[in-house]
Amino acid sequence: MSLLEVKNLQVRVEEREILHGLSLTVNPGEVHAIMGPNGSGKSTLSHVIAGKPGYEVTGGEILFKGEDLLEMSPDQRSAKGVFLAFQYPVEIPGVATMTFLRTALNAQRKARGESEFSTPDFLKKVRSVAASLNIPQDMLRRGVNVGFSGGEKKRNEILQMALFEPSLCILDEMDSGLDIDALRVAADGVNALRSPDRAMVVITHYQRLLNYIVPDFVHVMSKGKVVKSGGKELALELEASGYAQFEDAA
Amino acid sequence: MAAVQETVDRVRRIDVDQYRYGFETLIESDKAPKGLSEDTVRFISAKKNEPAWMLEWRLEAYRRWLTMTEPKWARVDYPRIDYQDLYYYSAPKPKKTIGSLDEIDPEILETYKKLGIPLREVEVLEGVVRPEGERRIAVDAVFDSVSVATTFQKELKQAGVIFMPISEAIREHPELVKKYLGTVVPTSDNYFATLNSAVFSDGSFVYVPPGVRCPMELSTYFRINERNTGQFERTLIIADKGAYVSYLEGCTAPQRDENQLHAAVVELITHDDAEIKYSTVQNWYPGYSEGKGGIYNFVTKRGDCRGNNSKISWTQVETGSAITWKYPSCILRGDNSRGEFYSIAISNGHQQVDSGTKMIHLGKNTTSRIISKGIAAGVSQNTYRGLVTAHRKATGARNFTACDSLLIGDKCGAHTVPYIEAKNSSALFEHEATTSKISEDVLFYCVQRGLSQEEAVGLVVNGFVKDVLQQLPMEFAVEAQKLISISLEGSVG
Repeated sequence: MSLLEVKNLQVRVEEREILHGLSLTVNPGEVHAIMGPNGSGKSTLSHVIAGKPGYEVTGGEILFKGEDLLEMSPDQRSAKGVFLAFQYPVEIPGVATMTFLRTALNAQRKARGESEFSTPDFLKKVRSVAASLNIPQDMLRRGVNVGFSGGEKKRNEILQMALFEPSLCILDEMDSGLDIDALRVAADGVNALRSPDRAMVVITHYQRLLNYIVPDFVHVMSKGKVVKSGGKELALELEASGYAQFEDAA
Repeated sequence: MAAVQETVDRVRRIDVDQYRYGFETLIESDKAPKGLSEDTVRFISAKKNEPAWMLEWRLEAYRRWLTMTEPKWARVDYPRIDYQDLYYYSAPKPKKTIGSLDEIDPEILETYKKLGIPLREVEVLEGVVRPEGERRIAVDAVFDSVSVATTFQKELKQAGVIFMPISEAIREHPELVKKYLGTVVPTSDNYFATLNSAVFSDGSFVYVPPGVRCPMELSTYFRINERNTGQFERTLIIADKGAYVSYLEGCTAPQRDENQLHAAVVELITHDDAEIKYSTVQNWYPGYSEGKGGIYNFVTKRGDCRGNNSKISWTQVETGSAITWKYPSCILRGDNSRGEFYSIAISNGHQQVDSGTKMIHLGKNTTSRIISKGIAAGVSQNTYRGLVTAHRKATGARNFTACDSLLIGDKCGAHTVPYIEAKNSSALFEHEATTSKISEDVLFYCVQRGLSQEEAVGLVVNGFVKDVLQQLPMEFAVEAQKLISISLEGSVG
């Protein structure tokens, strides 16, 4: 069974159709890159999968592990294993990162009928993951993303990804705002999470990120549809010839 | 000042007649007749076995009240209160004197449990002995106007601390009560305080003698039980030279049809080098969703830093009431005295909150700090109203004020009304204010990570109020945190 099946998805925002019949199938263990110009609907797709309010699905369906994802609330989707790494992670003043991580992890586990993590196990886990991502302990005590640099915010997203162990990770423009060193650290973190039971959907403008996170499949989106799919070489092709050729195809 | 002197004089004057009426015979009825008259005042006084001077004090207040009009300047809107349509006193079924907690009606204990009174209080109420060294809390439970239980009396007595219902203190420590009652909030202070002075039912009295650090936190839970009964609590706390006491006040009230008037008065007095920390978690019934019912809470709370180097700190978490009208204040009379006000005021549904503080700098080098966090949800209105003033002689006065408001949804309102007056050039006052909204993006981020909408709002709000929560005693802070989440339930779609 596929992990994620998006079938002929049509989505509107405020009366304007953004996705016009998009289809995508993702199997466990696969890494899919979704590329395309600004306004092609890449972020919309990630938001609709995660359940962000404000989008109206007018047609098609999304199945996750064979279940109707659109019937689930965003927190239910999260507990089922959908993780969205945000392009712009928000700041939550006064809420220590450690508290946030624990509250979220336990909420997910509770929703799945699992027991809460014991404090020592939780701390041990957070510390080891944080160390591998070069996240200092001090950062975990600070408010969520408050005063974090761009690189720190993205590392915090990957830290959560590692902790929550989702089966589907959607990375929305992970490379935006990162310098090359920060990008490498973040990409290493993502690569460490690649596993046969976990799939990733990497959304990006640029081929650059795909040098670090090498995809199995590349899809090109234009005007709310997937217009071309291929292997990782498609990304290189795009880098050379640009998106213009697909504008007409759509 | 004149008003305070006036009260002192009056108390002294009526002292002469102290025992003319003596202790009146018991009255069978548990409830005063409806309405307010001199007879009602006499009834309450007699019910409390009060000495004559106390009755006179009440009557003077009552006569004064007749000449006053209800204040209308607050940003709250409510139907006219018919003061003749209220009961001013009700008592639980008469009981014999209680010697130990075992004698408390199990139903009352059950009620406390339902109200979510934390386990440690229930333990205290049930007489569970905690290991030595653990911090203890003494509870003076006020159940519908009459104190039914007072705990830890023995240990407090050893320390010399007096902690008892004020009705008892009037009989047992008249010299202390006469010396201090009405000296911070004079009987003529304001409409609601004057009403309270006439008809107050009961409340707490605390006296901490010189140099004594109260060995435990003192705690009172108030609750309105009887339908249509105005609650008029009266609390008086005195920390003598070098003394310290921390007092916790918590309130809950059950669902009601009709509006209920609550007009409490709290007076705090600190002498030289003394400190009082007064913490409140207030959760009166806020009314139905369409705004009917709920408690009207008109409270006068004031502390007087009478001595040099003394300190008074107010911390409040206000989540309930249909109407809140409350300005815990500090008179910084002693040189180098310090006043603090930390507040979390949450309004949801149709609640209206007009709350804040007054810091009145009279002594030299006095300092004050105000941290106010207002959270408005639903169609509620949340106003911070504050006064910071420095007297001509208050050289070197310092104040720092930070007022932050958080809006949830787009039908509520947050207002900040600061009054700042400096009458000498050496005063330094700082005022900061912010208003923000919980953004959809923040909520979505949280729910994407597995939190429900309500958990997400609770988390964000608790982050917003963290600075104030930290001021509460640890266990109280945990409860307050839960209460905040509960009171915002249903505030997001």
